[in-house]
Amino acid sequence: MTQDEGSRRPDAVEDAPTADRPTGEVGAPDQQPPSTSNALREALQSMMSSSVLVTVGAVVLALVIGSVLILVGDTAVQSTLGYLFQRPGDFFREAGRAISDSYVALFQGAIYDSEATTAERRVRPLTETLTIAVPLIFAGLGIGLTFRVGLFNIGGQSQLVLGAILGAWVGFALDMPPVVHIVVVLFAAALGGAIAGAIPGVLKARFGAHEVITTIMLNNTSRYFLLWVLGTGAFLSATPQVSPGLAETARLPLLLGGSFRLHLGFVLVLLTAFAVWWLMERSVLGFQMRAVGVNPEAARTAGMSVRKITVLAMALAGTLCGLAGAMQVAGTEGRLTGSVYGSIGFDAITVALLGRSRPLGTVLAGILFGALAAGGRIMSSRAGTEAELVTVLQAVIVLLIAAPPLVRSVFRLPAPGGPRTRAKEVAA
Amino acid sequence: MKLELRGITKKFGDFVANDSIDMVVEPGEIHAILGENGAGKSTLMNVLYGLYTPDGGEIVLDEQPVTFSGPGEAMAAGIGMVHQHFMLVPVFTVAENIVLGQERLRGPGLLDLDAARSLVRETAASLGFDLDPDARIEDLSVGAQQRVEIVKALSRQAEVLILDEPTAVLTPQETDELIQIMGRLKDAGTSIIFITHKLREVRAVADAITIIRLGKVVGSADPSATETELASLMVGRSVNLGVDKQPAQPSGTALSVRGLTVLDPNGVEVVKDVSLDVRRGEIVALAGVQGNGQTELTEAILGVGPSHAGVIELDGTDISRLGVRARLDSGLGFVPEDRTTSGIVADLSITENLVLDLVGTSPYSSFGSLNVNFLRENARHRVEEFDVRTTSIDRPVGTLSGGNQQKVVLARELSRDLTLLVASQPTRGLDVGSIEFVHKRIVAERDRGAGVLIVSTELDEVLALADRIAVMCGGLLVGVVDGGEDRDVLGLMMAGVPVHEARAQAADHHTVLGEADLDVDPATAVEPVPHPVQDQEEGR
Repeated sequence: MTQDEGSRRPDAVEDAPTADRPTGEVGAPDQQPPSTSNALREALQSMMSSSVLVTVGAVVLALVIGSVLILVGDTAVQSTLGYLFQRPGDFFREAGRAISDSYVALFQGAIYDSEATTAERRVRPLTETLTIAVPLIFAGLGIGLTFRVGLFNIGGQSQLVLGAILGAWVGFALDMPPVVHIVVVLFAAALGGAIAGAIPGVLKARFGAHEVITTIMLNNTSRYFLLWVLGTGAFLSATPQVSPGLAETARLPLLLGGSFRLHLGFVLVLLTAFAVWWLMERSVLGFQMRAVGVNPEAARTAGMSVRKITVLAMALAGTLCGLAGAMQVAGTEGRLTGSVYGSIGFDAITVALLGRSRPLGTVLAGILFGALAAGGRIMSSRAGTEAELVTVLQAVIVLLIAAPPLVRSVFRLPAPGGPRTRAKEVAA
Repeated sequence: MKLELRGITKKFGDFVANDSIDMVVEPGEIHAILGENGAGKSTLMNVLYGLYTPDGGEIVLDEQPVTFSGPGEAMAAGIGMVHQHFMLVPVFTVAENIVLGQERLRGPGLLDLDAARSLVRETAASLGFDLDPDARIEDLSVGAQQRVEIVKALSRQAEVLILDEPTAVLTPQETDELIQIMGRLKDAGTSIIFITHKLREVRAVADAITIIRLGKVVGSADPSATETELASLMVGRSVNLGVDKQPAQPSGTALSVRGLTVLDPNGVEVVKDVSLDVRRGEIVALAGVQGNGQTELTEAILGVGPSHAGVIELDGTDISRLGVRARLDSGLGFVPEDRTTSGIVADLSITENLVLDLVGTSPYSSFGSLNVNFLRENARHRVEEFDVRTTSIDRPVGTLSGGNQQKVVLARELSRDLTLLVASQPTRGLDVGSIEFVHKRIVAERDRGAGVLIVSTELDEVLALADRIAVMCGGLLVGVVDGGEDRDVLGLMMAGVPVHEARAQAADHHTVLGEADLDVDPATAVEPVPHPVQDQEEGR
């Protein structure tokens, strides 16, 4: 045999920058993503391509598992277990009562409170649900956008925090005419988020640093940065750890008058969802982002700059998460606090996954999570079920969404792809 | 051992991969199974090897019906398989790989490697070649690795040996050696099932031929059948194996590569100081065994992949410092080697894949907004022009067959006015019908005045298409010869032998497949295209 070590092509995994690479941004060949991200990318793809039925199935299954937890936590049900075999009827009656009480209360707290005395109080739960959903949807749109570009952006929290800080400062420190002020607040928040998003984007594009690591680290950084900012002179107020209130002109107007918290942000988030849909489905940039998300190699071969699109996608995601921060400071809270981010940054990941990273899906998933949060409060006060049940439900939904084959097997749903793709696997 | 398959049926959901297949392999027979990609050859072999359980039918060995629940049982029954992708541990030695899974011990926990070594030597010697038992697999050539696989199967007392597309990775000379080894195995009474889609090889070595199409046996043929007859059976209609083309009429230089050196990520030179010209109106084929720098050369031309030094001129302008986008804009069309990883975005629709590298330009978009209607119109137009078989232009391109995917890639690249078309393995994994089509379009692009650079590891394709042939080995350009060059000379050049020496050697000894060229039937003969070539570059 005459040919030796050169006969097999070494796998080109990563091309480290070398000295004689053509200089300049245009000439530099795009760096290939580290192979570790391929597994994540594929996992994301499979979660996003699972059918609507799987998503609905996951929610249903979560409610079923929730029922079991309700039973375990209910003292009346527990006492019937002592004589389960003498009078099983008691157990089933108590179990039915506990589950229906809890879920009815959850519904009343989330959608329509049939026990309330005034019409205003009856519809209030729905407005609460929508109010809570607004920042979730904003951040969910941002996270979902990066998912579709194949980036596992965990940094919703840091992007939200930076947006909130900048938005709040503009809101209380500057004096502007009514309409202009809130617009500037929104822009400032968007800018703050974009900066926080662009940092891990640049790190990934330039140096190949994995976005999961960098965004998680930035989450921690942003939390302490927020605490430090609240201690600086510009943000000091009478109350420690709380900034001065935003000017009236910097607040988002309420939609339904003073007795409801629902603000203009709800309209904005619907418009934004439409804009994101247009961006992804109808614009050249969105086209390129989708191509990079599914197959960066082919995108690169087709002349797209994977680096540029990575940075842009992260910055855009940051913009949307920053707006979620604006909803907090200019909408519900009215000021910047040390816990302004809540768990929105992380819940948004679930919302995006549940919504399969599509704008409409994200809106619906955000509303569902808003409903769970709003209903959870009423559920704990009326049915005595721990409000933590809601957190458990959310967690179970995430687990199930991450394991589509499990949900499919429970509900006997067909596997995606159908015989066509199976046939191709066989032939290969 | 006589092997009989009776009514083997294998279904995957609604898809019938094997439909009651009957086949008899006599002892000491080389039985070729011929079929296109996806015809069900591999499925059938996986059933025979115990990897799949058949949904119907039975396997009969020496008149005894048998069932296998895994490859272990198939091996125990005397069936060995050499997979297309070798199942060897690269960092183990030959002897270690041979005993893997059936280790003999000479004491508790102690491997008896001496026995393994002598086993390797004896088996290799009986087949007429040398094999160093202590060589590490990763240091061996592909051909030698394949021989390790054969020895491994025989060391497990295989009486029926399945060779799955064994020649796909070999040089012509290596193929010749393999054919000789197959002959010795046959003489020793081993039956061989030889899976392939290369007609020429089948005719050269097979005793019997079974042809499979769409999961069914569509006929058996005698090795004396012509290639055209075999191809027609395989495809199910008459096909033209040759490529109709007029002599090239080159004018002006489309691509000029000067002193191109490419480093891989580990800093190893994978393309070494290569200089090559492609003129407008000619097809230059880059021949060579897979992995000898051809891929890296084309990637350097496109500007993806590792760093490189040297000059790449397109139409007289140096493009070596431009980005991919700018290179495409200056008239480069690129059909990547691996369609699924670099050519298409599987989840995007046909419509979208057809404009993957055009989308930012007018009239496909304006002011950053996609012209959806125009894209759809473009897609309908292209799908028709390139005969892409699909029910809808909105289907994800990943659901198409390989041939149709390749047509989409080709349709896209030929949408622009090209100075140079670079196509790597343009017909890999394609059925005969699609190959015909792709070749026609490539020749048409040449006749339109573009330079065409084809990279192919299939000599048949190189000989059918090329006006000139450049041969690469180990990153070096061995030489550039005329399109009608002798197959044996090319084979030797692919192994690094300079052109003059190769011609001398080939005259002395013709390979089995090379012989076939000399008495080939006129119906399938590919006429060498006579044309004047001035600027030939000889090997360095």
